[in-house]
Amino acid sequence: MKRKAIVDTSMCAACGCCVKVCPMGAISVPHGVNAVIDETLCIGCGKCAKECPASIITLEEANHES
Amino acid sequence: MKAKKKWYDYLWIFSLTYLILGFVNILFALLGMICFIAPLVISIGWGNKAYCNKFCGRGQLFSMLGGHFGLSRKKDMPKWMKSKYFRYGFLIFFFTMFFIMLWNTYLVFAGQRPLGQKIKLLWTFKVPWQWAYHGTIFSDGVAQFAFGFYSIMLTSTILGFLTMILFKPRSWCVYCPMGTMTQLICKAKHVTKSQTDAK
Ligand code: SF4
Ligand code: SF4
Ligand code: SF4
Repeated sequence: MKRKAIVDTSMCAACGCCVKVCPMGAISVPHGVNAVIDETLCIGCGKCAKECPASIITLEEANHES
Repeated sequence: MKAKKKWYDYLWIFSLTYLILGFVNILFALLGMICFIAPLVISIGWGNKAYCNKFCGRGQLFSMLGGHFGLSRKKDMPKWMKSKYFRYGFLIFFFTMFFIMLWNTYLVFAGQRPLGQKIKLLWTFKVPWQWAYHGTIFSDGVAQFAFGFYSIMLTSTILGFLTMILFKPRSWCVYCPMGTMTQLICKAKHVTKSQTDAK
């Protein structure tokens, strides 16, 4: 089991604070609508969750086998 | 594994200089128009939030002061503050005040009101600011606009600074009117684009 970051997109301000801190470059804000995390790149370090001013990123156990 | 800094990671210097120049000569406040026009042009023209995500010096300033300098408690902000009601409400309030400022500027332009050499903080407190006024080569109206515009910039900096201390460094970005507006523009553009693509 590995942890992955998940964004509550309905609350996202698309500010991009999370993009700036992600060491893997896993986050982008396509079309300026909300942040999107590339699960294949995310290593679950939690930096984005700490940085997000709205605190809407959570780390959740991802089912790896799927 | 720190990402290499790009040129635009230094735009906080511009924001800081801007705030200082307003104490020196109020006419420099007009430069702040860049912070209004650039995000609009980027969001309308390209349909993205590159301004917030990359260039905004104010966001960088808050993240530096709150992050590296540890001036932020780094606590979660209250739920109501990140709700759409508050964000959109603040956007409406902010632009209402903006248009009132424009109206006052117009009155000075039209000669119906003398130039007020004051800065209005938090839309309430009038602070004498004549030391930063050394006359203008333009009309008094231009100077009035500079005072009004700088009032807005300083007020939003103060609010952003307070929420930086209380909550996360860039808490301001959650309810920043420019940020909210550009996101709305992007959303609208994206929706219409995907609709036309689907046809
Ligand atoms: S948890 Fe770490 S790797 Fe994953 S998106 Fe957030 S910052 Fe990037
Ligand atoms: S930091 Fe938070 S609010 Fe800002 S873009 Fe990322 S997820 Fe959205
Ligand atoms: S939300 Fe406002 S302060 Fe934050 S990066 Fe965008 S324009 Fe700058």
